[in-house]
Amino acid sequence: MDKYLVSPNPHIHAAVSTQSLMRDVIIALLPAVLVSILFYGWSEILVLAVSVASCVLLEYAITRWMLKTPSTIGDLSAVVTGLLLAMNLPSTTPWWVVLVGAIVAIGVAKMTFGGIGQNVFNPAITARVFLLISFPTYMTDWTIPQGFIHANDAVSGATLLGMVSEGGLGSIADVSYLRTLFLNIGGSAGEISAIALLIGFAYLVIRRVIKPWITLSIFATVIVISGIFCLADPSQFTDPVFNLLTGGIILGACFMATDYVTSPMSDLGGVIYGIGIGVIVMMIRYFGSYPEGMSFAILLMNMTVPLLNNWFHSKKFGRA
Amino acid sequence: MTTTIIWTIGILAGLGLLLSLVLFFVAKKFKVEEDPRIDEVEKVMPGANCGGCGFAGCRAFADAAVKAPNLDGNFCPVGGNDVMKKVAAILGYEIKEKAPMVAVVRCNGTCENRPRTNVWDGVQSCRVKASLYSGDTGCSFGCLGCGDCVAACQFGAITMNPETGLPEVDESKCSACGACAKACPKGVIELRNKGPRGMRVYVSCINKDKGAVARKACKAACIGCGKCAKVCTHEAITVENNVAYIDFTKCKLCKKCVLECPTGAIHAVNFPAPKPKTETVSPAPAPKPAPAAAPAPAAQAAPAPETKKEA
Amino acid sequence: MSNSKVTFRIGGVHPNDSKLARNCAIEVLPLPQTVYISMAQHLGAPAKPVVAVGDQVKVGQVIAEPGGFISAFVHSSVSGTVKSIAPRKDIAGNMVPHIEIAVEGDEWAEGIDLSDTLVTAIPSDRAAVLEKIKACGVVGLGGATFPTHVKLNPAPGSKAECLILNGAECEPYLTSDFRILLERTKEIVVGAAIMQMVLGGCRCVIGIEEIKPEAIEAMTAAVAELGYKDIEVLSLKKRYPQGGEKQLIDAVMRRQVKSGGLPISVGAVVQNVATSLAVYEAVQKNKPLITNTMTITGDCLPVERQHNYLFRIGMPLSYIAEYAGGIPEAAAKLISGGPMMGRAIANLDATTVKGSSSILYLSEAATKRKPESACIRCGRCADACPMGLEPFLLNRLYKAGDIEGLEAGSAQDCIACGCCLYSCPANIPLLDNVNQAKGQVMGVIRARAAAAKAAAEAAKAAENK
Repeated sequence: MDKYLVSPNPHIHAAVSTQSLMRDVIIALLPAVLVSILFYGWSEILVLAVSVASCVLLEYAITRWMLKTPSTIGDLSAVVTGLLLAMNLPSTTPWWVVLVGAIVAIGVAKMTFGGIGQNVFNPAITARVFLLISFPTYMTDWTIPQGFIHANDAVSGATLLGMVSEGGLGSIADVSYLRTLFLNIGGSAGEISAIALLIGFAYLVIRRVIKPWITLSIFATVIVISGIFCLADPSQFTDPVFNLLTGGIILGACFMATDYVTSPMSDLGGVIYGIGIGVIVMMIRYFGSYPEGMSFAILLMNMTVPLLNNWFHSKKFGRA
Repeated sequence: MTTTIIWTIGILAGLGLLLSLVLFFVAKKFKVEEDPRIDEVEKVMPGANCGGCGFAGCRAFADAAVKAPNLDGNFCPVGGNDVMKKVAAILGYEIKEKAPMVAVVRCNGTCENRPRTNVWDGVQSCRVKASLYSGDTGCSFGCLGCGDCVAACQFGAITMNPETGLPEVDESKCSACGACAKACPKGVIELRNKGPRGMRVYVSCINKDKGAVARKACKAACIGCGKCAKVCTHEAITVENNVAYIDFTKCKLCKKCVLECPTGAIHAVNFPAPKPKTETVSPAPAPKPAPAAAPAPAAQAAPAPETKKEA
Repeated sequence: MSNSKVTFRIGGVHPNDSKLARNCAIEVLPLPQTVYISMAQHLGAPAKPVVAVGDQVKVGQVIAEPGGFISAFVHSSVSGTVKSIAPRKDIAGNMVPHIEIAVEGDEWAEGIDLSDTLVTAIPSDRAAVLEKIKACGVVGLGGATFPTHVKLNPAPGSKAECLILNGAECEPYLTSDFRILLERTKEIVVGAAIMQMVLGGCRCVIGIEEIKPEAIEAMTAAVAELGYKDIEVLSLKKRYPQGGEKQLIDAVMRRQVKSGGLPISVGAVVQNVATSLAVYEAVQKNKPLITNTMTITGDCLPVERQHNYLFRIGMPLSYIAEYAGGIPEAAAKLISGGPMMGRAIANLDATTVKGSSSILYLSEAATKRKPESACIRCGRCADACPMGLEPFLLNRLYKAGDIEGLEAGSAQDCIACGCCLYSCPANIPLLDNVNQAKGQVMGVIRARAAAAKAAAEAAKAAENK
């Protein structure tokens, strides 16, 4: 080589890319994906396959044929969106509803804003909320399909939070928390095992893909608020542990609220964002008409991110 | 039920009326008095807001033009004489006509003429490149080829030619606003008189290195030999710091220098193709520029453009 | 030695240290036939030549004098005849005046002590020592090449509390400081004691990264043996940019220099270990700064071809590369300095200067930039920035041309360490742009200061009337 490269410093780069970060998120989701496949069987595999494939193909189609730009599917972010969307749907969702969800996630929530890095709202959550409002029957049909492992003692018909919403606290009196922690049959596919999600979260934190502050502040807020209400009137309000383990709080806090693009950049901003999500989700649960509320809470707080980024900056050197 | 509707309509209508009154009085109270001529002048401006006049935009120019005692210091290069005549008519000022200008890229450093010695791997920005090092070639004066001028042009008049690696100016689109000249960190681009029917002669090189060094870096560099200056009968050519410069206010477009230049650094553009060999070389171009010289005095009368001497 | 490892408090990255040449003892480079000595080897005004073409010069003879207050003497690094004084291209290809000297023999100027004897007695005449440091052309060898006599002579009213000797060498690959810490240990300690005296008897901390235990051990032993007062060796955590001036002060003293401030404002003076060696040689041996140590290294250079050389200023880099066995086939980029902050070499015919520290050969895999993709707002650049800035934001403001926003975002505080671009998963050329932004903001700040000064002077003049 007789012509040498010239560029400003630095001349080396860390072994990190958008693709490697997204790959880590996919790896972190694997435990929960595996557990959901084991217990929900073929119908969950179908949902996952349709969701991931349509997200990736849609992004490819939009970038190549509509925007005429280089395809961005190589960064794997469409795969992450597809996985998260599938994890946010009941395993019984018909394939065409999943497809509509993918169109909303990639086509509306992501690409109309300019693709990765530009979207205001988390694509998977946007799609879930869209489907929840448009197809409420499919989205709240919690019939339990036959999985590869058959769970006999499953609560069927409605999620635990749904049961509380319908029949009051008495209806869940015989549910054990230990079971909710390991295996929570019913509800969205991703909610099936809190432990599997937490393993994935720990992996992301240890690999320094995400920082734990947003997630922890959501947990803390949920615990504090439900703690106060539960102490005030245990006959009417559910307790902190129950709230933490149900209704997608863990899935949302670990994987959806921590999405780089739609969460604040600074640590302090992240904590406030997390507290906001925690407050909104508890208000919806206790006083709103939807039993779960995590998706709405995240979407609402997504809107505050530009403001939080504007208000909170990192601590500068020598400018106390 | 009906009373509710009536009440709702009533309250909303009342509120609307009240607020419109408030708005009316506030608008009255805080009205800014402005010379109406500013609006008129702005209307005749090209509206590109390019800043080529030295003001923040067309409105700022209009504001300045109205407040100034005459039009001497203010000129819209984009609109040119036509627009300035309209402005003058509105304001009742005299104008001095300026010869139309065009941006000229003064670099011959094509990939072929000027072999690359390095490969740039940083951000595509001439400004960044210039602050770091002298360029990808042996020439430390010429075009860096990252296209800051292309990005600066609001009229889409400059494009990079991928074959030569140099920017090219589309004369029909160039409005001589000077944004490209400002954006070029090497000062390669100069605003020059467009010339009669676009005909003009210029030295397409600004390399100040000594002849041998310049020649080694680029086959078509100006080596500062001074042959052009000797052959010029109009004293339009000066050689300073090993590089020749043609003063376009003095040049009579005789093209003698073009023929004399040993490296081909002097370019003559838009001249009609030489007729088949019916005439000898030297008298041929001479009669042509003679009628063309008519607009030249106008050019001479114009104040010297800013980029006359960059050394 | 203190056992607690210290580090700076904001940002930083952990590049692989790649100290491939750490076991290569320093070798002396033979003289080339011709040297070209640059007149701009230091921060500040270029030096003015004081020799003429045809003059005979000896090693260590002054050939150029300072061109301003912040400037330095330049000495001939060889003996021979001055052939020309003309502009020549530096490593960036820019023309800089050079003095060309044809080498004839190796005859040193009188009064220079070439023996190996260690002189441990510290002179007590502060002014004379400063004068000697100035006369010997000593400049900071940590990268900025700021004239040392200016730095060791803080403005009246400011008092140095701590002299920090920078032996961090946090840049990957570079080993020249490490080698002199091992091979010239005692001289460095004496140099530190001299600077301590000049600064009025402050304490001195020698900071060395934990990954160089041999150097820490040797230094601790030498400090104990020589027995000067108030000198200690401190182990620093491995983290880049540990050797950045502001970061090192933060690590050692837990004080942060204010934006735009000098280290002395928090009572600190930072000098590189190589500068300390140069001070020793200047004051105790009367030897001007004409030599320094450089590393020949790189990921595509076989281990047996890695070297640490004692070079003289003015040697063409091409000559050194040739002597060291040529440029490796796989090299895609040549760098003078470390891979994080060094400068790409655009012209290998350029010559060594006082502050040269390496020729680094990096392969295409290690150095070629990957295509830029969209910002995913992960905030890694902000987490990595040791100045606590938000490069993603500054990049955006720069592109929008928002100079006020850039100033509010403290673009002027950027130290160009490269952590932002190093850690960006989208390969956005953050530093390229932030560096430009810094220049623009500095321009605005300087213009404002000049205007304020002019206004104050005008007011004063009006008052006097």
